[in-house]
Amino acid sequence: MTSTIETPHTLSATELAAVRADFPLLERTLRDGRPLVYLDSGATSQKPDVVLDAEQDFYLQRNAAVHRGAHQLAEEATEAFEDARARVARFVGVDDDEIVWTSNATAAINLVAYAMSNATLGRGGEAARRFALAPGDEIVVTEAEHHANLVPWQELAARTGAVLRWIGVDDDGRLLTDQLDEVVGPRTRVIAFTHASNVTGAVTDVGPFVAKARAVGALTVLDACQSVPHLPVDLHELGVDFAAFSGHKMFGPTGVGALYGRRELLAAMPPVTTGGSMVEVVTMDSTTYAPPPQRFEAGTQMVSQAVAMGAAATYLSDIGMEAIAAHEAHLARLLLDAVASVPGVRVIGPTDTANRLATVSFVVDGVHAHDVGQVLDDAGVAVRVGHHCAQPLHRRFGVAATARATAAVYTTDEEIEVFREALSGVRAFFGLEAPASSEGAA
Amino acid sequence: MSSSMEQLYQQVILDHAKHPHGRGLGVAPGGLLSAESHQVNPTCGDEVTLQVDVDGTGVVRDVRWEGQGCSISQASVSVLHDLVVDQPLGTVDGLGATFRALMQTKGAGLDDEAAEDALGDANAFTGVGKFSARVKCALLGWVALNDALIKTGAAHPGSSAHAPTAATTAQENA
Repeated sequence: MTSTIETPHTLSATELAAVRADFPLLERTLRDGRPLVYLDSGATSQKPDVVLDAEQDFYLQRNAAVHRGAHQLAEEATEAFEDARARVARFVGVDDDEIVWTSNATAAINLVAYAMSNATLGRGGEAARRFALAPGDEIVVTEAEHHANLVPWQELAARTGAVLRWIGVDDDGRLLTDQLDEVVGPRTRVIAFTHASNVTGAVTDVGPFVAKARAVGALTVLDACQSVPHLPVDLHELGVDFAAFSGHKMFGPTGVGALYGRRELLAAMPPVTTGGSMVEVVTMDSTTYAPPPQRFEAGTQMVSQAVAMGAAATYLSDIGMEAIAAHEAHLARLLLDAVASVPGVRVIGPTDTANRLATVSFVVDGVHAHDVGQVLDDAGVAVRVGHHCAQPLHRRFGVAATARATAAVYTTDEEIEVFREALSGVRAFFGLEAPASSEGAA
Repeated sequence: MSSSMEQLYQQVILDHAKHPHGRGLGVAPGGLLSAESHQVNPTCGDEVTLQVDVDGTGVVRDVRWEGQGCSISQASVSVLHDLVVDQPLGTVDGLGATFRALMQTKGAGLDDEAAEDALGDANAFTGVGKFSARVKCALLGWVALNDALIKTGAAHPGSSAHAPTAATTAQENA
């Protein structure tokens, strides 16, 4: 990753207030009238008015079946749907026909894995041979993956006889990029890795992964769920072959995500879900398939959600990803300082702000993450607790669960102070003394 | 701290979490129907492994367990241990059903004196029902107990325990 998150320009107080005013939910109060301090944007973000309006406006003004029908409404619906695709494509620096709508990022990754399965069975003909796996071929992942970028590859390996290998992480949660030389070899066919960990917040230096994959002729699949909402991301510049991200983590609705695939790869890839809307000619004997992206969009699509995800991409671009990244780098520093200021609390992940998101997971000595979350909730502070769909990474750090605070562009310094105060009361609530050492963060 | 929090984390629960009863797995003694169950909360990673011994007259002779997790889940297994050891299976089934019913009252309690007498320390979990995300923590040990009892083959005929166990598991896996 580049040094963009250290760009000096950040949001002014006025700009931040304006951003917050776009998110109606942030105004609500919780039990006992407490203001909400939402530090769970890594799980799902809140939604601005423009996104909610875009989805409603589609149903109020343009609702019709897309890519079929010749009436005006159908044309307008199709235009809105394809315009959203173009907005999302621009947002991540790729071409319109390289974006496939999926129901979420998990579905996007599974789409690639099942397309490879189908190619292995001979589907897609000669062009699809590059996706076929043979017993003994290797799939490389990392120990930092969300289950969504791990389990589909375990399953693909089980179906094809391929072998799953992985890159480890260091004590700060950074990927051990040096291991690429050892783990990636001539049999490696796929390298699937995260752009930014949903647990440690560590941002991956994508360059060495892509270079290594190209050197051995392997495909790269990037999990960009956590990076796309928080950093400027240009997938063409990064040079990955595929990337997956979801709408709901980037201020869009649930039920929609996107798969990016390099044009020539999508063109050669066999379909996965088959049926209506993804075909050219169907006879009783056989079918020919539409070009991408439609080839991978069988059945009625999540049109209103796609339109709203397009609005979310525009909303983020209008604020500016550089400004968002700069504001969140500042928030990352505040979150790390807040956690470090409380005795008996330890960060799981990097404690420096270089190449890291404002995603801070931590453990409180002697108190289970679930109990930590409950005390924070009592102060109106919403954090995630548990393994965050990354059990192997938690096992690597010898913990079953962590609490995780994640900021977004609408997070304020004052909210992080409320978090810090609530966190400082956790150990006392459970009858634990402050440890003798003055600073808790190791 | 709010009153809901004080109701959730009653002193009884904090004490059991800190000094749990029945903790530590062992080798089942001979001559009894013994079985083990391992249960996890997939959402948060809490886990418990529970061993139970039932004698020929249908009395639970011992419960041993090991686990990791939040104070609610760990305290609940500790209280379970105290409630069911030396009780006949019929009583144990009844206790499990009553405890599950308590968890569904959203913190209001069962308003049933006999039930409250039977549950003893487990009444301290009444406030857990207000926090739907924590109910599964409190039930984890009871799910393990039901499963282990079924595995012993000694489960009480017509036990009320079986259906709710399946429902809980399905919910957790959702």
